[in-house]
Amino acid sequence: MISDLFSATVLIGILTSGIRLATPYLYAAIGETFSQRSGVLNLGVEGQMLLGAFSGFYITLTTGNLWLGVLVAMLVGALMGLAMAFVTVNLHAQQGISGIGFYLFGLGMSDLLFQKLMGTVETVQGFPKIYIPGLSDIPIIGEIFFSQNILVYGAYLLVPLAWFVLNKTTFGLKIRSVGENPEAADSLGVSVVRVRYFTIILGGTLSGLAGASLSIALLNVFQQNMTSGMGFIAVALVYFGAWSPVGVLGGALLFSMVNSLQLWIQVLGIPVPSDIAIMMPYVLTILVLVVTVSKVRAPSALTKPFERED
Amino acid sequence: MQSRLRALFDALMPVIATLAALAVGAVMLLFLKVNPIEAYNSLWNGAFGSTNALAETLVKATPLLLVALGICISFRADVINIGGDGQMIIGAILGTWIGLVFVDMPGWVVITLALLGGFLGGAIWGGIAGLLKAYFKVNEILSTVMMNAIAVQLMNFLLRGPMIDPSQAQKASKIPQTARLLDAFHLPRLVPTRLHLGVLIAVVLAVLVYILLWRTTLGYRIRAVGQNPHASRYAGIKVQRYVVLALFLSGAFSGLAGVVQVYGVNYRMITDGSASGFTGAAGFNGIVAALFGQLHPILSIPASILFGALLVGANSMQRVVQVPSALITALNGLVVVFVVSSEVWRRRRQRRKLAVVKDESASKPEQAKVPIEEAER
Amino acid sequence: MKKFTWILTLVLALSLVLSACGAAATSAPAAKIRVAVVMPSAINDLAFSQSMYDALGRIQTELGGPDKFEFVYSENMFVVDDAAAAIRDYATKGYDLVIAHGSQYGSSLQEIAPDFPKTSFAWGTTVDTFGQPNIFAYEAASQEGGYVNGVLAATLSTSKVIGVVGPIETGDAKLYVDGFKVGVLAINPNATVNVNYIGSFSDVALASEAATTHIAAGADVLTGSAQMVVGAIGKAKENNVLWFGTQSNQTSLAPTIVVASQVYHWEVVLREIITLIQGGTLGGKSFVANLANGGEVIEYNPGYALPADAKTLAETTIQGIIKGTTTITLP
Repeated sequence: MISDLFSATVLIGILTSGIRLATPYLYAAIGETFSQRSGVLNLGVEGQMLLGAFSGFYITLTTGNLWLGVLVAMLVGALMGLAMAFVTVNLHAQQGISGIGFYLFGLGMSDLLFQKLMGTVETVQGFPKIYIPGLSDIPIIGEIFFSQNILVYGAYLLVPLAWFVLNKTTFGLKIRSVGENPEAADSLGVSVVRVRYFTIILGGTLSGLAGASLSIALLNVFQQNMTSGMGFIAVALVYFGAWSPVGVLGGALLFSMVNSLQLWIQVLGIPVPSDIAIMMPYVLTILVLVVTVSKVRAPSALTKPFERED
Repeated sequence: MQSRLRALFDALMPVIATLAALAVGAVMLLFLKVNPIEAYNSLWNGAFGSTNALAETLVKATPLLLVALGICISFRADVINIGGDGQMIIGAILGTWIGLVFVDMPGWVVITLALLGGFLGGAIWGGIAGLLKAYFKVNEILSTVMMNAIAVQLMNFLLRGPMIDPSQAQKASKIPQTARLLDAFHLPRLVPTRLHLGVLIAVVLAVLVYILLWRTTLGYRIRAVGQNPHASRYAGIKVQRYVVLALFLSGAFSGLAGVVQVYGVNYRMITDGSASGFTGAAGFNGIVAALFGQLHPILSIPASILFGALLVGANSMQRVVQVPSALITALNGLVVVFVVSSEVWRRRRQRRKLAVVKDESASKPEQAKVPIEEAER
Repeated sequence: MKKFTWILTLVLALSLVLSACGAAATSAPAAKIRVAVVMPSAINDLAFSQSMYDALGRIQTELGGPDKFEFVYSENMFVVDDAAAAIRDYATKGYDLVIAHGSQYGSSLQEIAPDFPKTSFAWGTTVDTFGQPNIFAYEAASQEGGYVNGVLAATLSTSKVIGVVGPIETGDAKLYVDGFKVGVLAINPNATVNVNYIGSFSDVALASEAATTHIAAGADVLTGSAQMVVGAIGKAKENNVLWFGTQSNQTSLAPTIVVASQVYHWEVVLREIITLIQGGTLGGKSFVANLANGGEVIEYNPGYALPADAKTLAETTIQGIIKGTTTITLP
């Protein structure tokens, strides 16, 4: 029975599902990478994702315009990011906890709006699969990599883009310096406030986009609490990926593919209790990190509010 | 006198912030065509309006306080422990198992063993995260988030399988619950309400944690590691060890919260299978309560009661004015954000106090050894 | 002194008797029935909780509106502790009937019901009334509708591979899935039924990927339970795979591929309970919502062209279950 797992269908299935499932994690985790690189921990990603998912869905439902939905989702995420930025940067709030507050707020508001504005579950026509002439035709590879919708592609294109910005641009340098040593950066004329505002709002925008990718691209539906903990996993993946977009990509893919693997294990009837199978992605994420002992340190100023000495 | 007033203002800050959040909530209520006065009246009554309500508030506050105590310890060592839920579960599993197996022993023996078991179970679960951090550089946020999910699945597996209530095992539906604990094993009730001994245990532990943190070498070292790991290492403190210890201890208290819930409230371990079906997110709410109490074990007592009152009262409000529970969740979030943001005033005053002290010491170099007030995080 | 106490007692007794008569006289017109329900998930979950909420709404309309039948609800009470507090609170507030709509609420009810002998409690989904005079129990024989769906699924499936997307292997979902599987195998013992419990009631993305996995494994018919199935239905729609629903009518989500849904009509049970309460019986009976009494109804999707012989087979199966000629033996 376990040998069933090694058939082509299963392996292709795991890869395709994994790539698809990883999309919202990627958006959210890359956004969080930016915030954390600048020294801010945002545990409210889940709330931003839910509000983004709802607003994107509702706009698409009422206007029929998918891109407008994406835009609004990103805007809503950005607004929540703005609030988070104010609370974190100006009010120096305890970061782990303010995030939980935003999570609860996003969870509650998205459900409340869903109940009052929609009432019942509905579906939309989401982003379609994009057929790339030539690439999509390649047997197996085409099916896995090149038959996804645009938001999926967007998430993966984001990875090299984020890497580039963080490592090869001046602004990226500023972000990193603010995260490592905000006092020094400040003395060199870098506006810590401005950088952190940018990264936190960017994080919120991407989280909103992550939510939209679920509600109007991958699942085409909105349901109460549909993210079910994804936002927290996304934050955890930033640590897994050692604050590097490429590492985060690895983490998102690992987590999603193992999730897909456990689905196959259950579907194929391999006698593993369902609860144990469901545990697999979580256990493996820790194990992989244990085995690949990393020497990377966190941004030194992570979670520490920056206060200018007067 | 003025400093005492200021201290009072500081302590009341969470209350004022809560009120501000509720004011925003009032606007939302108006949008829902609900009378905010009626709503908040029912919130108050639901939390404090009768003996029963008070009992419910205290019952709700007990696990919050226990988790908060653990958070006080870990945050002071600069370790973020968001694994409270998972640690509660594992502690509860171990504690419940004791009560199901040792059925022939006297009640107080089993209760004590179960409490110790809960303490140990949570400690192990937290300790694993600590070891992973100390020796494998696995960040505690990642490990605890993952371990929370693992604990839930483990609980589902055990409660649907080896630990299932024998009466459920026959039924086709198989609710994930254990058998009911023998009456002798129930935590005694204090008043004819649901208020149980757990609340006293929690308060006593709060005092003990205070003593631990400020009156023992161990506590001093934990705080030193949190404030300045480099200096501590230089002074010979093995920082790694204290990081593990911080997660070990804070996990232990969460584990205790779990077992107290089983032995004091439901008299069995029961869940619906979902992530917070057993814990009710006490692992997260306890963090909020700890913050409300400024990470001080004694202040965590009124903080947990306040937060517990909010949770209980909000549920009551939902019943009376029939607002969707989603509003309650959003309100909960607003309160947390407002209270967390209100810290800024206290910190600003703290800095001003420090600045004054600095000025004074600058003009009197011989008296440079001024005891610096612990900077709050 | 003795004479005085004797007269006092007489006066007291007389006033009591008179007041009782007075009370009996004024209670002749039917008082408003006040019901409270405590539910583990959201009222719009398109599943377990919504089915009860909708049923109460239907009863309210039947009985003549909010003046005759008032009901209040507490949703998302998935933490047993909070639910217990809610149940107790409603009982204290004097509701005539407090419905604990969740199998996990049983142990709480056992404790609370004795404290409120004048309140009637109803516990779903189970048959256990704990021997209490004021607890009713009700359950849905979800396995019956599951069986019928399974029979239809086996008939309509060409690949003979059928997939199930379940939440957690317990309670109502388990009954449905078990019945479904038995139904499939009764028609075609060689069919493959792949069951996947995703471990969550709310993870829509995982449900959708579970559906995708089933489809990749060859399934051309799917079914599932709980609020996260909306993700699975979406994938079924995308891949032109047939869907069978439970707990609510899921036709609107995918009008082209939903074949039928087992819909709960709890009103059937609620009507009986309310009549009993009005007659003075507060508990001690258990009810089953099943195909026979209309508590469960297989609602076909009129937009799906169900072949006539399949429909006939389904109807025969339903009749068989109702008459008792078809027995469903669960694993």
